Amino acid sequence: MSYLVLQGIQKRFGTTIAVEDFNLSAAKGEFVSFLGPSGCGKTTTLRMIAGFEPPTAGSITVDGLDITHRPPNRRNIGMVFQSYALFPNMTVADNVGFGLRVRKRPKAEIRKRVADLLDLINLPDKGDRYPWQLSGGQQQRVALARALAIEPEVLLLDEPLSALDAKIRVALRREIRSIQRQLGITTVYVTHDQEEAMSLSDRVVVMSEGRIEQIGPPPEIYNFPATPFVASFVGTLNLLPAKVVDAGSGIVSVAGQQIRTPKAITTDPDRSVTVALRPEAVEIGEAGGANRLTGRVEDVSFLGSIVRTRVRVGDDASVSLDQFNDPALAAAAIDDTITISFPPEATLVLAGAASASATIEEAIAEV
Amino acid sequence: MTGPDVGSRAPEALTSLHNATVSKRRGRPSGGTILSWVIFIAAMLYFFLPLIATLEFSIRMRPSGAAYTNTFKDARFFSSLAYSFLIGLVTIVVSTLIIVPTAYWVRLRLPRLRPVVEFVTLMPFVIPPVVLVFGLIRSFSTGILPLANTQLGSDVLLVAAYTILSFPYMYRAVDSGLRTIDVRSLTEAGHSLGSGTFRILWSVIFPNVRVAVLSGAFLTLAIVIGEFTIGAYLNRPAFGPYLSNIGQNKTFEPAAVSIISFILTWLAMGVIAFLGRTRQGRTTGVQVGGGH
Repeated sequence: MSYLVLQGIQKRFGTTIAVEDFNLSAAKGEFVSFLGPSGCGKTTTLRMIAGFEPPTAGSITVDGLDITHRPPNRRNIGMVFQSYALFPNMTVADNVGFGLRVRKRPKAEIRKRVADLLDLINLPDKGDRYPWQLSGGQQQRVALARALAIEPEVLLLDEPLSALDAKIRVALRREIRSIQRQLGITTVYVTHDQEEAMSLSDRVVVMSEGRIEQIGPPPEIYNFPATPFVASFVGTLNLLPAKVVDAGSGIVSVAGQQIRTPKAITTDPDRSVTVALRPEAVEIGEAGGANRLTGRVEDVSFLGSIVRTRVRVGDDASVSLDQFNDPALAAAAIDDTITISFPPEATLVLAGAASASATIEEAIAEV
Repeated sequence: MTGPDVGSRAPEALTSLHNATVSKRRGRPSGGTILSWVIFIAAMLYFFLPLIATLEFSIRMRPSGAAYTNTFKDARFFSSLAYSFLIGLVTIVVSTLIIVPTAYWVRLRLPRLRPVVEFVTLMPFVIPPVVLVFGLIRSFSTGILPLANTQLGSDVLLVAAYTILSFPYMYRAVDSGLRTIDVRSLTEAGHSLGSGTFRILWSVIFPNVRVAVLSGAFLTLAIVIGEFTIGAYLNRPAFGPYLSNIGQNKTFEPAAVSIISFILTWLAMGVIAFLGRTRQGRTTGVQVGGGH
């Protein structure tokens, strides 16, 4: 049963289209993330749900009730901002209790609710502090408690962790998810960080240029990207310039070495295409799959749990591949000539030729 | 052994660092420092010399201090000062009620109108007070609002005129106060918690620009206390016209009145600053903490 429904949402600023044809149904208690680069319309969509921006077209309903034209203060939607937006003149307890005071709840009830929420965010003894006396992570937890205090029907989080350092970001991410699960509150989370979106969400909405590129659970988004944009934006991607050899069999040539792709290519032989390939699908040696490429090791980077090796397979093509770190792992040495392998299913053929400076957005459409 | 060694060397290192800093401090002042002092002393002389001269002149009257005793004996001195002070306070309240919501709204919703509003608030610098007061008298002597014909009406006109005079100072002070806070996010946070705009303005925005309002209020009070033209033409018992009146008729007393009014105005400002500081403690803390 859909709880939060966005139907045919469109937002224009003058002649600029910020969001177009946005449709989403979220179930009660679901955690949905809007993922995309800056300017893709994710924050604008969130602000339309909050009521800060009126949509140019479309409707927003919560639990069957149309709230499209309701002012933000009558929506009962909690919001956590990137900049925390804590009221600097109020203590932590006053900040958390603000929404309840607005609702004229009895003082005893406010005190109890504030204490409960401060317990929930693990800051039970910080009620009489001012926001400036807290660290960034603590301030954002207070902002979360303040948004939850009003028992909102939907919780919106607008890049809440982007101002924090990496370690706190990961810890707070877990905390947010745990609190959200505990309260079973329908949550929409905006981020440009794919790791954040993947680790937190029940479903991810990948957006680009105001449109939804794909909606799905994180594994589906990662493993079966619906568009070239999703393929490039989610995870790291190798882009290899290739020439079509046999379109019907899906065979292409990368730097003179033939590889097989999973399906027939709908373009002429000899035409330039781009082959996309995930680093984790590639193995050193011949055991990784039917496709093989030979090249020279150009770089080996140690990334903690992963060792990333870059292999140059031609003048304008190099492949990065990931291996799990293991004390027994014999990493390749720079300048070694090695063979790498991967299955045809790990490749995705995109139209247009890749170049050293090419971005995936320039790869026009899937062939 | 390494630990204690390092530990014992640490204070030595600190001492030598401290000595280096002290010797640097004790070194010859640079050309820039001397120039700064010259400018500072010149500015202080420019500010204090006229005051010292006025004070010196005021105590020449014999018997010693007679100019001051004469001033204190004059009931009109206190009544006019009290009147101007009261009008000044009302002006501050009215000006705050107009400027804070306007500056807030312009910053939040109409940022493109900011240059226009800034220009409008600068009008008192362009239009002389005499033109303003004649405009007010002509407009409000007849018609549906003949305010200039009654005492209370004239007081209202006086406050209105002074409010306009306060706009350049008040708007700039409040606008820079608003620049130090994230008006949009705070407003949106308030809305998302169910609050209306008025409540946000009163309980979130206003407390955070209180220091800015106070600095605008100081200037407003100082202007109102010394203003002559509007008070005189509206025939109000204000301090400016009183000062001008005794200046025309007496020799030493005007200097004594100037010194006393100067001290009283500064005292009044001190009281406002003190009241503001005790209520503002939290917000001041925020500004200090903002850099953390």
